[in-house]
Amino acid sequence: MMQEEANEATSVLSVYGHTIKVTEVLQDGDTLTFIIVSQKLSGTGEYHVDRTYEDFEWLQQHLYAQEDVPGLQGVIFPPLPVRPQVNASAKVMKQLGFLGLGEWQPYCKALETFLRQVAAHSILRKNKTVEVFLTSTDPPGRQKLRRNIFNRLSQAVEGLWKEGHKDVDEFFHTERDHNLVLTGHTRTAAEKFLDVVLTEQKIAVACGHFAAALHICVENGEDPEKKAFSRVCVKLSEVFDSIKKNMTSIAVNDMNTLGLALDLDSRYLEAEKEMLFRRTCKLVELENARKNAERAKPVKKNAMEEVKKAAEGEFEQICKVAKQEIVQLNQERVEMLQKNLIQWCEQQLQTAKEGADAYNQHLQAFIAMA
Amino acid sequence: MRLGFFTQCYCTVEISHRCLRTQEWRTSRGRCSRPPFLIPSLPPGTLSLTTRAMASSSDRNPPPFSVSEQSEPGLSDMADGDSDDGEDIFVSNSFQNHPASVSRGVSQPEVAADLFSEEAAAAKPNGVHSDDDDDDDDDDLFAEAQADLSSDTSGSSARKDLSTSSGLPSARSPADLLHTSLEQLEEEEAKDSFDVDVAVTNPEKVGDGMNAYVAYKVSTRTSLPMFKSKVFTARRRFSDFLGLYEKLSAKQSLHGCIIPPPPEKSVVGMTKVKVGMDDPSSVEFVEKRRAALERYLQRIVSHPLLLQDPDVREFLEREDLPRAVNTQALSGAGFLKMINRASDAVSKMTIKMNESDSWFEDKFQEVDMEEQQLRKLQAVVDSLVNHRKELCVNTAVFAKSIAMLGNSEDNTALSRALSQLAEVEDKMEQLHQEQAGSDFFIFAELLADYIRLLGAVRGCFDQRVRAWQRWQEAQSTLQKKREAEAKLLWANKPDKLQQAKEEITEWETKVTQYERDFDRIGMTVRKEVLRFEKQKAKDFKSQIIKYLEAMLQSQQRLIKFWEAFQPEAKAIA
Repeated sequence: MMQEEANEATSVLSVYGHTIKVTEVLQDGDTLTFIIVSQKLSGTGEYHVDRTYEDFEWLQQHLYAQEDVPGLQGVIFPPLPVRPQVNASAKVMKQLGFLGLGEWQPYCKALETFLRQVAAHSILRKNKTVEVFLTSTDPPGRQKLRRNIFNRLSQAVEGLWKEGHKDVDEFFHTERDHNLVLTGHTRTAAEKFLDVVLTEQKIAVACGHFAAALHICVENGEDPEKKAFSRVCVKLSEVFDSIKKNMTSIAVNDMNTLGLALDLDSRYLEAEKEMLFRRTCKLVELENARKNAERAKPVKKNAMEEVKKAAEGEFEQICKVAKQEIVQLNQERVEMLQKNLIQWCEQQLQTAKEGADAYNQHLQAFIAMA
Repeated sequence: MRLGFFTQCYCTVEISHRCLRTQEWRTSRGRCSRPPFLIPSLPPGTLSLTTRAMASSSDRNPPPFSVSEQSEPGLSDMADGDSDDGEDIFVSNSFQNHPASVSRGVSQPEVAADLFSEEAAAAKPNGVHSDDDDDDDDDDLFAEAQADLSSDTSGSSARKDLSTSSGLPSARSPADLLHTSLEQLEEEEAKDSFDVDVAVTNPEKVGDGMNAYVAYKVSTRTSLPMFKSKVFTARRRFSDFLGLYEKLSAKQSLHGCIIPPPPEKSVVGMTKVKVGMDDPSSVEFVEKRRAALERYLQRIVSHPLLLQDPDVREFLEREDLPRAVNTQALSGAGFLKMINRASDAVSKMTIKMNESDSWFEDKFQEVDMEEQQLRKLQAVVDSLVNHRKELCVNTAVFAKSIAMLGNSEDNTALSRALSQLAEVEDKMEQLHQEQAGSDFFIFAELLADYIRLLGAVRGCFDQRVRAWQRWQEAQSTLQKKREAEAKLLWANKPDKLQQAKEEITEWETKVTQYERDFDRIGMTVRKEVLRFEKQKAKDFKSQIIKYLEAMLQSQQRLIKFWEAFQPEAKAIA
């Protein structure tokens, strides 16, 4: 007991999880470095650390590879965004989705969310690598762990047929189906929304071009008619600058609220899917162990029984953790979407009102023009 | 007739020409025999040049028969559904399509096969030929097409404001003319109240298959006494509008005027319509054309000289218009030749030493530059319109995806909110659609109109140059005649001498006439350009105001959408 407590004490994070911020991103050639700031629990100031994507991956690997954490495989791991690429190819841009927009601002936000989710997770935050990551001035070690139960490649190779494996538990059966449907829809919604935002940006750019092109039509001269026309062109150029500004705002609002929300949602649902898959694999393992134990010859019987018991125990743990995680995820999802929908609506409403004001001013100016 | 890649055009045209033998004016049908090209916004007047060129190179005789008078409406049985039974389309300023009484076509049904072509940008040569005609006729000489024979307007600028006779002052020196006339014309421009309203509405498909065409209702409301009634309508088809332009362009009396060009032919567009008028791109095409035709007529009737023209009146009033068959003009002729002639004409301008020169030369440069600027703007607007359309599509797709997501969510409040969001997005798609329409119909079309108009402006400059050339040529002919006379005097041939003297007199008259013509055209051009520039600033300003009003309205609606959605978002628990 004492040791547990002691362990717990030394494994507790020394920062306030909700204060973690990714404040900056520095670009050096092809490398991106992120500055992470967090408030000390002791109230004596902040930690400032700089990390690259490899450091994030290191953290994630360590979290996956924790030993002696019962039911770890039932955890829905906070999803890390895909690797960023400077001057990204089209394929990478597609993968990044919203996170590839706007000079890495959304990407930083996503990393920030990742860290905050890790720091808030009751099981994960106890891992000392989290502390190291957030507080150590030296970059954490970057050795690749050999044993990685979450090696995606192996999962893909061995596992796909298992995905459809029938479940023993009603709750999980429903959840698996539901997750499948939701994941697809959310990903589609995120992709389609990205298309909308990209088109909004194109419109803004085109408006900027129009505004610039109008200046070509402005001529100097004494001719009153020419002057009148030039005035019209100048004023029209201002109008289109306004339209550009408005459209840019709309796109930014979309990106920062609903866009990021849909992106996060779809990645979290993927993470849940992975967890459910791990559980299913464990179920298969358990069923095999039971079969083996049943069929085992008396010589091997005890050994097989041991294996079976271990498998049962693990599976039970996983299911327990998984259930908690699922309930929590469903709740958090709804909260997250609500928060972002409200924010999105408010921001767009604000932008629309500003737009209306601007256009009205321009309209009055035109009407008043001689 | 499918011509596309043939080297000679076989369409039939109706030509008024002076018989070279008898000096009488005749009309006949003939083959136009031109290479099948098209410049949609041909500067008015260049037609006559080319046709003369063609005529002189051809050596066939005109056939004796003429079929020009096909104006009597007995050919088609028409129940007159056109009188507007109490339907006043002028109630609101925006002439929307009203449910109209279905009425039959304009004139007898005929082949109106438009041939394949690309959408031609203004003034770009391409291999287009559009055939508005029917059966093959016998070969005919495409002789010199001439200007309108019956000139009501006697060459002087008969203004709409008839109280003051504002014809040309009798002073002869160009500078004098300029001074007095410029002041006068600036005054006259101020009295800008035209009492004619026209609208083009109710596009209706007439006929079936490839013979189909669209007939539009042209409605006029006026208080001018020269019209037979105060409110009247007529049904016209596209080729009628083109025919009107052809007639106006060819008139000597209107030389120097900026004659508004009609919208371009579009075989692609028309083919879509022939196939069916229901799909969105057909609807858009027809609406675009309807609006363009309306602006075209509005420009014509707001031009004081054009309004006086009997052809314009006939176009608006007459129940059945003779089928315009020489609309080939807009698609025909060796226009490469024409372009070269036009530019030659311009280069010849530099020889002139007249003091009023610099104004014309400067203006011409300005017009040229402006056309380029507008084209640049047009390109940007086109891309803007495309992006807006793209946004419509993307918004609709997104709305669907959100609806699907909402359906699969367990949490009822979230599900509901997402469904509401899907509806909001659908409404926004509608908004974007309207916005795209606004961008297009207000700006893109405005720019397109003015690019065409600038072409017409260049055309009237060309006409002036050609008038100068005619004058110069007459002078040189006169000189030759005089030299011939001198030779005859020397050679002592009294009988031929008489003829020579007669010819000299004839050419002296011509020289005087042509000089007067040239001066008159110069005056007209200056007046027209001034009027054009004023009109342009006004036009742009009023269109921009329309645009801003539409934008503002959109924004208000958008605000309402968001305000309605807000409580839904907050209700998610």
